[in-house]
Amino acid sequence: MSMIKDHIVSLLTKDMREDGRKLTEYRKPITIEYGISSKSAEGSARVCIGDTEVVAGVKLEAGKPFPDTPDDGVLMVNAELLPLSNPEFESGPPSIGSIELARVVDRGIRESHMIDTEKLCIKKGEKVWIACIDIYPINDAGNLFDAAALAALAALKDARFPEYDEKTDKVDYSKKTKTKLPLSKEAIEVTVIKIKDKFLVDPTTEEWEALDARLTVAVLEDGKICALQKGGDGSLKPDDIEKMAEIALDKAKELRKLL
Amino acid sequence: MAYKKRFDGRKIDELRPMEAKTGVVKRADGSAMFKIGKTVAIAAVYGPRELHPKFLQNPETGILRCNYNMMAFSGSGERVRPGPSRRSKEISMVTEKALRAVLDLRKFPNAVIDVFIELIQTDAGTRCAGITAAAMALADAGIPMKDLVSAVAVGVIDGSVVADVNKEEEDYEGGMGDIPIAILPRTGEVTLLQLDGEISTEELKKAVELGVKSCQQIYEVQKKALKERFTRETK
Amino acid sequence: MGDLIVKDKDIVVPGEVLAVGMDFLPAGGAFREGENVVASQLGLVSISNRLIKLIPLTGKYLPKKGDTVIGKVVTMTFSNWFIDIGCQNEGVMSLRDTSEFIDKGADLSQFYNFGDVVVAKIAKVTRGAIDLTMREPGLRKLGPGKLVKVNPSKVPRIIGKEGSMITIIKDKTGCKIIVGQNGVVWIQGTPEAEMLAYQAINLIQEKAHMEGLTDEVSKFLEKAKGG
Repeated sequence: MSMIKDHIVSLLTKDMREDGRKLTEYRKPITIEYGISSKSAEGSARVCIGDTEVVAGVKLEAGKPFPDTPDDGVLMVNAELLPLSNPEFESGPPSIGSIELARVVDRGIRESHMIDTEKLCIKKGEKVWIACIDIYPINDAGNLFDAAALAALAALKDARFPEYDEKTDKVDYSKKTKTKLPLSKEAIEVTVIKIKDKFLVDPTTEEWEALDARLTVAVLEDGKICALQKGGDGSLKPDDIEKMAEIALDKAKELRKLL
Repeated sequence: MAYKKRFDGRKIDELRPMEAKTGVVKRADGSAMFKIGKTVAIAAVYGPRELHPKFLQNPETGILRCNYNMMAFSGSGERVRPGPSRRSKEISMVTEKALRAVLDLRKFPNAVIDVFIELIQTDAGTRCAGITAAAMALADAGIPMKDLVSAVAVGVIDGSVVADVNKEEEDYEGGMGDIPIAILPRTGEVTLLQLDGEISTEELKKAVELGVKSCQQIYEVQKKALKERFTRETK
Repeated sequence: MGDLIVKDKDIVVPGEVLAVGMDFLPAGGAFREGENVVASQLGLVSISNRLIKLIPLTGKYLPKKGDTVIGKVVTMTFSNWFIDIGCQNEGVMSLRDTSEFIDKGADLSQFYNFGDVVVAKIAKVTRGAIDLTMREPGLRKLGPGKLVKVNPSKVPRIIGKEGSMITIIKDKTGCKIIVGQNGVVWIQGTPEAEMLAYQAINLIQEKAHMEGLTDEVSKFLEKAKGG
């Protein structure tokens, strides 16, 4: 174990953290800003959790549906761990970290059925709206998963359809309509990490590097969960999973109030 | 017909409203945001730091690496496919040349200065906004520079030379000359110069003059942003 | 003969002309270019007679021979450790420069491993290379403690004249504290005491330019202890 992890563990035996927070306390402030790229993106948002800052944008395109779902619109989530945000990130093709981040955020949005993809249909079998969400960290001070999920959610809420002319089959991106995306349930993602036998939320970079295991839980408003992702080299006992899910449910309530 | 009244009502030599701020990426050694009209660029500098892998190291000099990228949702029309394109690679390269002129890389043997530029929203003039932000980020990082670098896109439209073109002007159907230019404010030396379009040599001369003049205004914005953080502290 | 363009305590950016004339002497981050004395960094102007010194306000630690530094082991080869001390090059320490007796061919990770934090001294600075040594008393691998990154320019204030400031913090918190010239501080004590020392150091960073800081820090620590 590295010295830094040793110290984190010794503080945890007294239920203390390096920055003085409680184990289940998020950093403050948590801010959500909508429409940060409103001239270019159909929807956009910036989320800050402490010093961690993530931006997300939604682009809407009119295109062909997937052949096996001819009446449904398409949702795609993409993320890039920008080297701008963290001295350890390298330039190059999407790392597995970027891919996992995108897929975990995607799972939360897709499995909550937040977007009624049938309502994205323009002409059955021929034309549907394709919503692409792109997520970028600007400053990585830990807990990118939660900030990214929140940013994606906020960007979707901010989004408005551009004008689409059926006759010319052209989208006029310079004209934004007042119509928002057909959104219903909202999943809030909370990542709980395990270090030795302690559970923490909102890890800093050092805590994230020291974790034994982590569980990201997507929570719906009614307390149901719709997506899970376990990470980390260590294992979780069934008991741990229960405890971590409970913590996530509790924290999701807090985060939901901020939207 | 000479283009005298600009699409957005600006005067020929008028720049769009600008905003600049430093220290916007806390983990970076230096960083800055530069906004001109609706174009928003963020630059972060990491370095000088040890260059890895070691076989790339040069014991005589450090290297400067610039990476320009547009966020997928930052284009004014369709989504921009993520990943480096030929365009972004070329912009990264000319950005590096524009900034290199003010650095003495021999001071940093075996090291690298990494500059990352991201565009959050675009409305023409992106490479210039990127260079302007990057110069502030380098200064913010405390890296010795012989001058700042300021950049602007000058346009030649229907015989008129205009400062700081926006997308509408860039897309003008009648054709136009798009001239991104970067200068060192103290000496007026040019470190970036490109042209897309057909212009006369007389127009080129006027464009460079207007470019130098406009960059001086951008320089004032850069200076203010850099000093702002510290004017409060030292009081 | 010549003209001063800026005043003492002005903040300037790279490329700004500070003075014109051959009489002026540039120092610190100021340099001469023909007739002009120019700033090379974002910094504070300090003028005394004809000497124009530019004090950089930002920038990484500049390694100096003899400095005590705290760093993390990032790589090792068969005979060297590479230690990140937060400046433009990594510090290199050979197996001959430690306080242990290490045979050639030994497994270096047994002594200092990836992620270990050590306190060492800069033995030599050459172009592109920083040689570290641990062959002096007190230089060693550090046990678990709170690592705080501070602005290297504030280190003298944190240490204080002849160590006066850091001694007050040590005494009042009961912590072991080592301050690296490279802007890394290691604090070891009870969790509460470590936190207190950390807060005191942040206070110093915030108010570094103010007078009477030693008293203020003293009062802050007393108050916190008293509860």
